[in-house]
Amino acid sequence: MSTETNARIQAFLRKRFQNYEFADDQDIFATGVVNSLFAMQLVMFVEKEFGIEVGDEDLTLDNFRTVDAMAQLVQRKAAA
Amino acid sequence: MAARRVGVVGAGVMGSGIAQALAQAGHDVVLLDKSAAVLDGVKDKIRNGLRLQKLAGKLASGDSANVAEILERITTTAEYEPLGSVDFVIETITEKWPAKEETFRRLDCVCPDDCIFASNTSAISITRIGSATKRPSKVLGIHFMNPVPLRPTVEVIRGFHTSDDTVRVAVELLGGMGRECVIVNDMPGFVSNRVLMLTINEAVFLVQDRVAEIADIDRVFRECLGHTMGPLATADLIGLDTILYSLEVLQESYADDKFRPCPLLKKMVHAGLLGCKSNQGFYNYNEV
Repeated sequence: MSTETNARIQAFLRKRFQNYEFADDQDIFATGVVNSLFAMQLVMFVEKEFGIEVGDEDLTLDNFRTVDAMAQLVQRKAAA
Repeated sequence: MAARRVGVVGAGVMGSGIAQALAQAGHDVVLLDKSAAVLDGVKDKIRNGLRLQKLAGKLASGDSANVAEILERITTTAEYEPLGSVDFVIETITEKWPAKEETFRRLDCVCPDDCIFASNTSAISITRIGSATKRPSKVLGIHFMNPVPLRPTVEVIRGFHTSDDTVRVAVELLGGMGRECVIVNDMPGFVSNRVLMLTINEAVFLVQDRVAEIADIDRVFRECLGHTMGPLATADLIGLDTILYSLEVLQESYADDKFRPCPLLKKMVHAGLLGCKSNQGFYNYNEV
């Protein structure tokens, strides 16, 4: 697990939600702070930040539910 | 229902979402915007709208294979002439009466006589819009909610002269797009925005008066009142310029100062802080 990837995702969340800290394995949708609209911003962020393309098969909330899940998606895509 | 050829005027936040929903329902869409820059970005916006639906689990995986096909049904244009062959128009331009009046006068000249005109206006009277045309019985309001791809119900507004047949055709078109309708009578702001704009405006006064932090104001609405989104996040989504113009329309229409826009709202609009579409409103969207 790349902690650098996690750190970059965490930095994005911190900029967007100044009052909140998310743990790497915390379900960010369950907190009520973000909704599925924000999930689309997360998709665009990881695509731009990590130079990957999130295809239809990966467009599920589960891939964006936690910082760890997003980092795993990034690794999987980068390795492909 | 048979596929129609539908015109959408204005390719902003609402127009692109409506064009997408129409194309997904199998209709051919002519999407008109006077700005070439807006038209350039519109297919990407629609592609992202389809991805949002997928992400929210509202698009079966089979459907997503058709993204190219859906986009192909949408023709973009900066001219009115291609609207000469449509049988239904949905207008989504800026919330300013002179612009609306000019648009409907031009549509009235270009479109076939039996073409129905729907306005997605936030607050302007449908009866007044009808008066800008020679076909007021064929003019109605269809108020889509934002984000269009995720909202299942629309407010349909019957103007003074709107015919039953016009309402029937609109409800049928919307039904084919998977939308339920709530039919209401015409007064500026209808049901939704007459209340929502006041709520958002008062929430901006809360920010101005430093009663609470922005995130905490929204949190009260979400966590105490059970709303999906707070009023300030909603304002960012709609666009602060649209909120300001709608309040100005309501203030003028009712001659009632309860709709006076909060000075902080005006200041933010003048500073170019328009919400999601400018990457900065009450919240910051800069990183994407």
